[in-house]
Amino acid sequence: MTSREIKLNLNGRVCAVDAEENTPLLYVLRNECDLKGTRFGCGAAQCGSCHVLIDGVSVASCDMPLWSAASKAIVTVEGLSQSGELSALQQAFIDEQAAQCGYCISGILISATELLQKNHQPTEADVHAALDKHLCRCGSHNRIVRAVLRAASKVAA
Amino acid sequence: MTTTPTPVSLPGSLNANRRLSQWLAINPDGTVTVRTGKVELGQGIATALAQIVCEELGVAASRIRMVAASTAASPNEGVTAGSMSVHDSGGALRQVSAEARAIYLQAAALELNLSDSDAARLTVVDGSIQTSSGEAISSYWTLASQAMLDRDATGLARPGKVSSTAAMQRLDIPDKVTGRPRFVHDMMLPGMLFGRVLHPPSPGATLLGIDLTVVDALPGVVATVRDGSFLGVLASDEYAAVKALAKLAALASWQEPQTLPDMHELPAFLRGQQHDTMLVGEKTSEPVAGVTRQFQASYSRPFIAQASAAPSCAVARYSPDLLEVWTHSQGIFNLRADLSTIFGLQEGQVRVQHAEGAGSYGHNGADDVACDAALLARAVPGHAVRVQWTREDELSHSPLGAAMAVDVKAEVSSDGRIVDWQHEVWSNGHSMRPGRSKTPVLLAATHLAKPYDRQVAINMPLASGGGSERNSVPTYDFAAWRAISHRCLSMPIRTSSLRSLGAHCNVFASESFVDEIATGLGVDPLEFRLRHLTDPRAKDVLTAVAGMANWHSLRSTKVEGRGVGIAFARYKNTGAWCAVVALVDAGHELRVKNLWIAVDVGRAVHMDGIVNQIEGGAIQAVSWTLKEAAQFDRTRITSSTWETYPILRFSEVPAVQVEVIDRPEQKSLGSGEATNGPVSAAIANAIFNALDVRVRHMPFTMDAITKAALAEENS
Repeated sequence: MTSREIKLNLNGRVCAVDAEENTPLLYVLRNECDLKGTRFGCGAAQCGSCHVLIDGVSVASCDMPLWSAASKAIVTVEGLSQSGELSALQQAFIDEQAAQCGYCISGILISATELLQKNHQPTEADVHAALDKHLCRCGSHNRIVRAVLRAASKVAA
Repeated sequence: MTTTPTPVSLPGSLNANRRLSQWLAINPDGTVTVRTGKVELGQGIATALAQIVCEELGVAASRIRMVAASTAASPNEGVTAGSMSVHDSGGALRQVSAEARAIYLQAAALELNLSDSDAARLTVVDGSIQTSSGEAISSYWTLASQAMLDRDATGLARPGKVSSTAAMQRLDIPDKVTGRPRFVHDMMLPGMLFGRVLHPPSPGATLLGIDLTVVDALPGVVATVRDGSFLGVLASDEYAAVKALAKLAALASWQEPQTLPDMHELPAFLRGQQHDTMLVGEKTSEPVAGVTRQFQASYSRPFIAQASAAPSCAVARYSPDLLEVWTHSQGIFNLRADLSTIFGLQEGQVRVQHAEGAGSYGHNGADDVACDAALLARAVPGHAVRVQWTREDELSHSPLGAAMAVDVKAEVSSDGRIVDWQHEVWSNGHSMRPGRSKTPVLLAATHLAKPYDRQVAINMPLASGGGSERNSVPTYDFAAWRAISHRCLSMPIRTSSLRSLGAHCNVFASESFVDEIATGLGVDPLEFRLRHLTDPRAKDVLTAVAGMANWHSLRSTKVEGRGVGIAFARYKNTGAWCAVVALVDAGHELRVKNLWIAVDVGRAVHMDGIVNQIEGGAIQAVSWTLKEAAQFDRTRITSSTWETYPILRFSEVPAVQVEVIDRPEQKSLGSGEATNGPVSAAIANAIFNALDVRVRHMPFTMDAITKAALAEENS
């Protein structure tokens, strides 16, 4: 097992980290890069709390080794706002008050971002399909779906 | 001889925490500090309480600074549970704010030498004190002084001087959509170490042996801790701790006796234990002539996991005379009591501070992991230690919601009225929170080299809402009834509070049973319920939900595989009124497509927060009802992943429509737990309407429905 400096392309910036190359990306993001928005839920890619965009695709970071993320474009929930301005999705989640505890929200925002990048006019069923890998225990699902559809309509407008 | 006058009774938790400054500070910088002993569980309580202060004090929401509850500084409000926070803390803060407002207006009037009549006409607009003509003459911020609120509440100021503000947006959501650190899981303190704990693999397991030198030698490992069967590791980086935990698990050898019941025979297991039996209540009447029909049925639910989105987590720092703990516990004072016993410290030497965790719906692993963190922190005095459980621990080592079995019997008169009703429930206790038993109940306490005895869960007194017996008393006006509760005196599986406690299964049973009788008599189930109710607020929610769902039209239009069912309860018999209509589609798989819910929670403080709680509770109840059951063999709980303990997913969530009947003149009631029982019963009743199959044992998987259908055919 080797520890070496690895350069990450993280939220549009280069971030050099010194960690063992098999370390799951999630721990690197949270502890080395101080980005706490990506969250541990299960460690087995079964709940969606730790999703990030890797080259535009929403994937779990809890079982992704650091080495495999090198040289790819990584976007975390913190990277969804541009120069302090919330993305249409983030704003829609506030407008719809689409959270209870909010622990699952970061991962859901990542998958919703991927969805809206690929499908500008998603149906409710499209949103369900895109978010089905994400678990929400508080029962905020319907608000979350409304928020995604609201953001889509704003972006389309 | 002097006598001490009996102090005036004050609202909510103010009665026991009477000093105004304990709750509120008005600051010269234009902010208002609010302290509450209730904690944010993702239910939005901080926002609801902030709104109350805004309304009564007359300030904008942006001025409020909610302080996280701490045993060092907050009013002791016990546990945040049972949908009591708006009553306890909201009632207190409403009175405190009204008194603070009166004190400040009086100070302004005095300073400006106003006549009594001019003083009486002063108003407050966002902290600015104004005359009746709108002239600003002073403000909270210029008058602000700590001393003004350093006095006990008098109960004299009358709340309600300020009109209601628009529903406030949740204070915490902006942080949560931008990924800013908010959870205890995100806390970083200087020099903090990362801890992991290896829990015994089964409830009856004891550690036979382990060679810790192998783990001690792993890179990044700072220390290992063994105390009896308690095992933990500390590392300088988190992934090193994760790997060290895996190594501990591989090296440890355990003795694991078979202590668990047969998961397929839970009702028989519950009935077969020794019990503490109590008569919950009864009403007798002269025997009614002309009883024509007798009904009886048995219902059950399995053990249900808290299944919080995040594994429990805590931060602790230990020095010989001070133990500091940051926790998402629902009861920081109770946790302090158990920790002080375990660590041999005075309560003043244990400082427990709340930090947010993921949504909590009862007694999850929050308190247990706080003890784990403290035990590891004791091995490295002066170092902060953050311990996070695994997903497996969260699902299999947190206390579970108790399995329950319920028998209901009724006699019906010739005019189609229930004249006698018997409700009998068997269950483990629903309460094993810290600070209430004679010895600590934290998980690790029973694993130490000098272990504390395992306690058996109890039920809180009925006056505090009860446990197993919650909602075993009928809400209807039956001529005679009797409710009996049997609490099991053995507890092979650790149980404690889960949202709505016994009300979930008691309401499921009684509202399924009412439906069985109504359909058995050929009477519309809505009409049959109304026939047995005189309480206008009960009738109102039923009528409202029937209107929302278009009940009569749905029931009279038969569609293959589609069913609608209705159910109702008044939570705890003293709380919120809630009626639910469920529409199910029982084709090749069972789907709950729609829920219509009407609730009466008295005065609605934070309307969107109420709707959010109602929706959330209902969706969680759909998940329990259709999918959830803890799995176990005779030694271990085996449902320890999301694959083996599935919960409802986005594509399975019903549309939920909520109507809140606002009663501004009535006192506020909690909303978080009102829906659980009615939702389960409405689904069961809808399944019967769709398939003519009565499902009496949760969860309603397709297997369970098939089994119920076969049982009916064979009976």
